Amino acid sequence: MTPAEMRADVAAATGGNSGRGSYRRLLRASNTYIGLLPFFVYSAIFLALPTARVAFLAFRDQDDHWTLSNIFESFHGVYLLSFQRSIQLSLVSAITGAIFGFIAAYAITVSKIGFLRRIVQTASGVFANTGGVPLAFMFIATIGTYGLVTKGLKLVGIDLYKGGWTLFTFTGLILVYLYFQIPLMVIVILPAIDGLRLEWREAAATLGASKQQFWRYIAGPILLPPFTGALLLLFANSFAAYATAAALTSGTIPLVPIQIGSLVSGNVIADEANLGYALGLGMILIIGFVMTGYAILQRRTAKWLS
Amino acid sequence: MTLTPKLGPGLGFGLGVVAFYFLMPLVSAFEFSARGAGNVYSLEAYGRIASQYGFKDVILLTTRLVFVTVFLTILIMVPTVTWVHLKAKKLRRLIEFISLLPLVIPPVVLVLGVLATMPNYLKGTPMLLALEYVMLAMPYTFRALDAGLGAIDVRTLVDAARGLGSPWHTVFMRIIAPNIRSAIFGSIFLTVALVLGEYTMASLMLWETFPTWIATVGQSEATLAVALSIFSLAFAWVLLLALSAVERRQKGRK
Repeated sequence: MTPAEMRADVAAATGGNSGRGSYRRLLRASNTYIGLLPFFVYSAIFLALPTARVAFLAFRDQDDHWTLSNIFESFHGVYLLSFQRSIQLSLVSAITGAIFGFIAAYAITVSKIGFLRRIVQTASGVFANTGGVPLAFMFIATIGTYGLVTKGLKLVGIDLYKGGWTLFTFTGLILVYLYFQIPLMVIVILPAIDGLRLEWREAAATLGASKQQFWRYIAGPILLPPFTGALLLLFANSFAAYATAAALTSGTIPLVPIQIGSLVSGNVIADEANLGYALGLGMILIIGFVMTGYAILQRRTAKWLS
Repeated sequence: MTLTPKLGPGLGFGLGVVAFYFLMPLVSAFEFSARGAGNVYSLEAYGRIASQYGFKDVILLTTRLVFVTVFLTILIMVPTVTWVHLKAKKLRRLIEFISLLPLVIPPVVLVLGVLATMPNYLKGTPMLLALEYVMLAMPYTFRALDAGLGAIDVRTLVDAARGLGSPWHTVFMRIIAPNIRSAIFGSIFLTVALVLGEYTMASLMLWETFPTWIATVGQSEATLAVALSIFSLAFAWVLLLALSAVERRQKGRK
């Protein structure tokens, strides 16, 4: 702090000269913001501007006129199907991931084995960030046509690929997505499970509650907001994912990110060029909506967790 | 007493299923990558990585992206978060909100906007990727640095240093940086892991980085692609493990 700044601070603290208040306030405000200027400028150029451009172009046609046809198109035909498929995929992978993640997190908490907990926690941090191309190839090596598990199951008489199922279908994709969804659930839900105090169990037991009653009236209501919040986070996580699906299915399953990807790559009829922006806007709106819900639930949870 | 939870057979089974699900792909991937010619196991796929076509260029470009992204991230985020803690506590919420936005705007959508807004000379260089990676890493770098700076008394340290006459760059290099060293390392690890794994933007902007190269290789040589995947996952995991070690140490100090 320069001496002048310090004086301004002291003046502000002691009330200062009231006559020049607005000027001083302006000076103080600019003093607050100036160090943040690089950050604001950077995120404006590399995040806000491109995003605003996407929203803008969603309402423009090829000849640069206002139009609603992109938006309209994005709710019809194969694009409507993509939104449905994306939402289904995200829902199923979020719910399944949340259930298994919860079981794992609960199991390591009640086991009270410190080293098991540390391993699971560290592994979750690592696996939750594992995605994209390497993950796709890992699963091809596991239950692809020549995967180890596929071959192993064949030895005991189960042919995964007999009924026309492949890894490159909807259910295959869910199986792969769980690899980063379950660990994310463990990370998010562990603090909430830790928040279930032993005293509450003892109090309930003393008052004669059964195990079912404890879950129905105490643990359930307490864990519901964080569980729902985690569900929303998992939904958004899978809804936005592109790399794994792109590498695994090479576009055979219509998902919104995949459609956008192929529109960017130019596999498209000329008059649909601006459709990608409408799809992008739709994605942002859905994820924004879901993440807002997550933030609200998170705040509610934080109230009793701290 | 009856309500004290225990790891019963039900939960134990559940945990076992989850563990199996996570370990099996690791084992399978390694087995797959070690399949040599004529049903003999060998590690020759790993030996072929370096001699593969395009390897040198890909590594060079990816390394450059890593360095530029890390440099820019530190250059922008350390002063910003320091400033927030020092002078603009009220704006912390806003800055946090902005830095979390890349989680709401998925890369596949952001790349649409980037291609539609950026001037051609930027679109012609892969360093545009690095500029965007700084943005993609922001949710993580902000959190790491915010936690690091929250654990020290920034105001007193800076006032003392300034009072003794040190210029701002000295304050950053010799006062702030050493005190939040683990937070800085943490955000560097996360940024490196992100750049090494980012596929969406790189592939849609048509640059050949490590992840897109693996996908290209995979079209003709599955064994090699799986070996490369293991290689890249192992690298990312080492980084992330180092990160969690750093975090634990930070927590321990608090």
